[in-house]
Amino acid sequence: MNKIKLILKGIIKENPTFVLVLGMCPTLGTTTSAMNGMGMGLATTFVLMLSNMVISSMARMIPEKVRIPAYVVVIAVFVTVVQLVMQAYVPALYETLGLFIPLIVVNCIVLGRAEAYASKNSVFDSFLDGLGIGLGFTLSLTVLGAVRELLGSGSFFGHKIIAGDGMLIFILAPGAFIALGYLMVLFNKFKSKKA
Amino acid sequence: MAKESNFKNMLLTLLLICFGGSAVMGGAYLLTFEPIAAAQQAKVNNAIAQVLPSFDNRPAEESYEWEVSGKKVTIYPATAEGQYVGSAVEAVSSKGFGGPVKVMVGFLPDGTIFRTAIISHSETPGLGDKLDPRKSSFSTQFEGKNPATFSLSVRKDGGDVDAITAATISSRAFCDVLDIAYTAFMDAKEKGGNHE
Repeated sequence: MNKIKLILKGIIKENPTFVLVLGMCPTLGTTTSAMNGMGMGLATTFVLMLSNMVISSMARMIPEKVRIPAYVVVIAVFVTVVQLVMQAYVPALYETLGLFIPLIVVNCIVLGRAEAYASKNSVFDSFLDGLGIGLGFTLSLTVLGAVRELLGSGSFFGHKIIAGDGMLIFILAPGAFIALGYLMVLFNKFKSKKA
Repeated sequence: MAKESNFKNMLLTLLLICFGGSAVMGGAYLLTFEPIAAAQQAKVNNAIAQVLPSFDNRPAEESYEWEVSGKKVTIYPATAEGQYVGSAVEAVSSKGFGGPVKVMVGFLPDGTIFRTAIISHSETPGLGDKLDPRKSSFSTQFEGKNPATFSLSVRKDGGDVDAITAATISSRAFCDVLDIAYTAFMDAKEKGGNHE
């Protein structure tokens, strides 16, 4: 029960995008379609899970003063692995996400979880925390991407469902802010009712 | 929880972590090296097949680089039953609105454009990205045109090309890349670079 709560926490109570408002750069930059948002979210989830696990297992051995550089190196290693794997097996997705994959290294969600959670908790709990936060991030990005794709190009996961060109602004940067703002309002309204 | 820091253990920890990290990355690189090369190769082959009439050789294996006035292109000659059917030319223009525009252009032996395919670009979504044949019919206007008689610049500049509305710079970049490809193709043809 407790373990499930740990995962759910990342999706609802501490949703990185809508509640913590962390990692805005990839959130706004990559969500031009639902597929891109999901790809970015899953790549980040993978990095989060592995880096949380490794960091929580090493935290006791790392001297206080060099912990941040040590964490960043660990995160960078996993990001590079993800980048190579995506380039090899999903080249199309890799090309659309492009620059944002290496930028996962400086995504404050990943370093934030390492510092705030993984360094103080057990390996398994850190893994679950990474999974939860990662899924929360993936979900938010997919929803944001789906909304932008629907309004901006009239399609859903690449399938055209509304004829016509759609509202171009939602594919461009201003539309990202507008869609994110309204989704955040909706999410927090729903959340405060539940709490 | 975390250990007391002193010079020796800080140095040692970072050294170990960097060493371990490099080992993991090196392993991943070795494992993905071949699939990455294959994926890139498949992309090139796919683009070649899109822009040329049917052929039965492997143009990617017979490709060569050609340079005209400082601009480098890659030429992929295609043959069908031993007969030369045309070449795909991969060229890049730096005049794009958001970055370089890389295009594969298929030429018939006489220099007529058969078809074109966008390899990569970073033009504005919804405006400049209409260069892509999947998004608008802009690039199809070049099919079957011979640049010897068809002026490769937009109407605004006195040419024969209908530019994309609100994306004149992207349209110019596309003309530029076709022009680079055509110049190199004809130059290679004259100087005997082709397999004719």
